[in-house]
Amino acid sequence: MEIPAEDTADLERHFQSRLDADETIEPRDWMPERYRKQLVRMMSQHAHSEVVGMLPEGNWITRAPSLRRKRGLLAKVQDEAGHGLYLYGAAETLGTSREEMITQLLTGAAKYSSIFNYPTLSWADVGAIGWLVDGAAIVNQTTLAKTSYGPYARAMLRICAEENFHKRQGFEILAALATGAPGQRAMAQDAVDRWWWPTLMMFGPPDEASPNSAELTRWKVKPKSNDELRQRFVDLAVPQAKAMGLAIPDPELAWDEENSHWRFGKIDWEEFWRVVRGNGPMNRERLRARAEAHEGGRWVREAAEAYDAKRRARRQAVA
Amino acid sequence: MSTAASADTQGSLWEVFVQEEGGAAHVHAGSVHAPDREMALQNARDVYARRGRVASLWVVESTSIAATAPADRAAFFEPAFDKIYRHPQFYKVPRGIRGL
Repeated sequence: MEIPAEDTADLERHFQSRLDADETIEPRDWMPERYRKQLVRMMSQHAHSEVVGMLPEGNWITRAPSLRRKRGLLAKVQDEAGHGLYLYGAAETLGTSREEMITQLLTGAAKYSSIFNYPTLSWADVGAIGWLVDGAAIVNQTTLAKTSYGPYARAMLRICAEENFHKRQGFEILAALATGAPGQRAMAQDAVDRWWWPTLMMFGPPDEASPNSAELTRWKVKPKSNDELRQRFVDLAVPQAKAMGLAIPDPELAWDEENSHWRFGKIDWEEFWRVVRGNGPMNRERLRARAEAHEGGRWVREAAEAYDAKRRARRQAVA
Repeated sequence: MSTAASADTQGSLWEVFVQEEGGAAHVHAGSVHAPDREMALQNARDVYARRGRVASLWVVESTSIAATAPADRAAFFEPAFDKIYRHPQFYKVPRGIRGL
């Protein structure tokens, strides 16, 4: 279709009509500045979450209880690094540089998922993260695979294909503990007790308090609302917990026969905002560890660049 | 670009093309950062080929790719629109003739 005139209102109408026709927006297409901004915000936040998400689990690689578990966890953490890179790459197509995004993370200007600001106190937490946190991420990402921005949707497809292994390795860890000795059972239950509510908060504030929702729905960036996704996750997770013989720490949890949904209790949104604003148990530690890793890798990046410059110079000297 | 970021280096941007099996086309998968083409290939392997199912990888420095502009789409591809005689359906064949 031809763009009728160089007039923003026309361009915006044309853009919306493409979205309404379920067309995919590609990097070189015209888009409203705010669409671009919102996507950079969402995608870089998503990329940062994958990268920071390596920290709580990486903590347990050297203490995994068997070689089988260690191998699985190592591969999962490596996947998270890869997912961060898919997403940084996709976000860069919108004209924001990798350096800029990393700086925003390290200076605290950009957010990442608050779930990673909770500590991993026991081995069972590794199982709970895989089962609950990755399980919640899959619910969210499966719908984002249909988002209107092409590079984001394609990155999501790749990520979803790989995440299922994360969820299953987590489930296996928890299920093994849940059928183990009393101490192991207690460890598994304690992990679920601590991770359940923060996982429900991962879907973001309730729809009525979510300032970006209407716009993101209109732009088909976010095909489903926070509350819809949260409900879908609860409906999936409750029977899985029952299958393991673990309890969901919610006395109000009840099956709604009429609507076929598990109804759950009130989420402590004060806790959510406290952690988002930087005052969760691990916020400072995560950023410190991330900054340290970034600085620690600086000499590698500089050495690689110096090596490339040296070889270029040699090639030129020969020619 | 922010000034703080310019003190850091992430190498240049490379586009990655993956051939999933011999005989298939190389398809764009995403991008990686690397200082040179050897490291770009290694990074592409670590990022886009962690599960096997890859027969071959190409990396191309992003700045080397030329692309059509969406706004010029209609004018640029226009020459092909009215050439229906490039399609087999344009040519008439009597009923009952097989293998054409």
